[in-house]
Amino acid sequence: MLGLNKKDTSLMIVVIILTMFAPFILNPFPVDSAMAQFNAGYPDLMQRFVIFGIFAIGFNILFGLTGYLSFGHAAFLGIGSYSVVWMYKLLDYNVIYGLPLAVLTAGIFAVAIGYVSLRRSGIYFSILTLAFAQMSFNLAYSVLTPITNGETGLQVYNNDPQVLLGANEATSPHLFGIVMNNSFKLDVGAWQFTFNNGYYFCALVMLLVFYLSIRIFRSPFGLMLRAVKSNQNRLSYTGLNPRPYTLAAFVISGMYAGLAGGLMASMDPLAGAERMQWTASGEVVLMTILGGTGTLIGPVLGAGFIKYFENIFSKINDTILHQWFSFLPDGLEDAVVFIIHPFIGKGWHLTLGILFMLVVIFLPGGLVEGGQRIGKWIKSRGKSEDSDSGATTEPAE
Amino acid sequence: MGILEVKDVGKRFGGLQALGDVNLSVKENSVHAIIGPNGAGKSTLLNCLVGKLIPDTGSVMFDGQSVLGRTPYEINQMGISRVFQTPEIFSDLTVLENMMIPCFAKRDGAFRMHAIENMMSEAEIVDKAEHMLEEMNMADKAGMHSASMSRGDKRRLEIAMCLAQEPRLLLLDEPTAGMARADTNNTIDLLKQISDERDITIAIIEHDMHVVFSLANRITVLAQGTPLVEDDPENIRGNPKVREAYLGETA
Repeated sequence: MLGLNKKDTSLMIVVIILTMFAPFILNPFPVDSAMAQFNAGYPDLMQRFVIFGIFAIGFNILFGLTGYLSFGHAAFLGIGSYSVVWMYKLLDYNVIYGLPLAVLTAGIFAVAIGYVSLRRSGIYFSILTLAFAQMSFNLAYSVLTPITNGETGLQVYNNDPQVLLGANEATSPHLFGIVMNNSFKLDVGAWQFTFNNGYYFCALVMLLVFYLSIRIFRSPFGLMLRAVKSNQNRLSYTGLNPRPYTLAAFVISGMYAGLAGGLMASMDPLAGAERMQWTASGEVVLMTILGGTGTLIGPVLGAGFIKYFENIFSKINDTILHQWFSFLPDGLEDAVVFIIHPFIGKGWHLTLGILFMLVVIFLPGGLVEGGQRIGKWIKSRGKSEDSDSGATTEPAE
Repeated sequence: MGILEVKDVGKRFGGLQALGDVNLSVKENSVHAIIGPNGAGKSTLLNCLVGKLIPDTGSVMFDGQSVLGRTPYEINQMGISRVFQTPEIFSDLTVLENMMIPCFAKRDGAFRMHAIENMMSEAEIVDKAEHMLEEMNMADKAGMHSASMSRGDKRRLEIAMCLAQEPRLLLLDEPTAGMARADTNNTIDLLKQISDERDITIAIIEHDMHVVFSLANRITVLAQGTPLVEDDPENIRGNPKVREAYLGETA
């Protein structure tokens, strides 16, 4: 289907189903139950899942295929956001103007940064991209205040031109009148499911760019990128110039990041310099590695995993813990809460760090490898049960 | 006039004169061996031919065109392929994918952006890669991860990848170094077959005299960065100067 082989088609279908039914899947617990705080099916978080999914998919085209580890991709994220907010200020709140511009500006910046950074490889490349991203951050934060509005962040004011703004037009981001903030709530028994326009818009964009990334992975271009990662020496002695291939991959992943940044500003009409900080660049590296570098679905899983922990674990506080462990004797209850305390709330980074370490040590292929191992284990279990019933003389291994 | 003409090439690394006034002419469709003791400058010379090093003096002409100042991939596109001392293949890829890369390089040149086409539906490339594997008796390994092959097979794959580009000159840098006797003999047979069946010139740097004398029809002896003598194999064997410099008195 659509130029994909059977395996990729089924992966694509699974991803379509998961994203389209996410409001149900992510809200397994009734609203009033004690477990409701583990529900992730609210618009803000779902939007973040797919937006960071796009960011990580793009990053994986560079890092997963060519092995060039960029520590500066957040710069493109910020550039995308600023582009979109500027279109709000100059034209109107329709995101259709801003998003293509976000992709384009991020692409132009990626050409410039990539052209310089890709002269080096390995750690030097990483440091160069990091330096560029920090430069962009500092420019946005202070020097370029007229364009970026400095530390306040860029936003729309009443006296902005907004030349295309109609009389009855919505005053928040929308796509031809479909307002991103609007949601439709469905109550089923004790459950409540929220269907948000913004989420579905982002999800459709993500499906599109996910499909594009599958095509890139399976293309001759993708093969060359994997060859760059595998053996650049052999590649240049095979009559191929690695430089334009890596630059193209860098620009494509920069455009993905620009798109993700643009979508952030499409959900919430703000753009701040902190979006470009190196921690944001590091986060996408973690997402990709955690999910599975060089796999198709890995980065999306990694993005979802990290965003879920960031939003859910950081919300748990001591009061909630005391409720959970109230069945224990008083002294023991306090002790347990004391032990768990550093891992929750503001300490969620600690939990994430431990999980990250465990994944990297025991599952070098990330969450995707974990899934594959479980799949294999189930298969081999099924087989050994079959052989058990069939031939009883042979001890099943 | 040979296909490869090396004239007065000199290369100095700091205080060390690695190459001094090397003159070499490789005739078309010959198998030309370059031998010499350790430190004679064989590898330096090879690196000057493929664009990895730029000589300080002299000229290197391939088929009437200078190769100096060109990058390795440009020189490769001119028709010179190189086999490395330790097999350089794409070890993360399957054998078939390894074979497809030079086929793409031959068809599309140094860079082409086809990011949407499916590589497996490029029938022309897949056919050529599979055909090449068949010719090399490696068809059964097409789906294998190339890192898991034996060293002999890796060498065979590397040579196949070079041949897929239909080069006019194949440079080999000690192709049998570190190989078991059986693998060495296989490689000799393979190279013989290649030079008999194809319209190709082979230049080979080698340590192993068994390999040199079973393949070469022309030999250049390098010693201390300069060519000592260039002659047919029979004369090299008997040449007292060569014995002294390389084979030793007793050989």
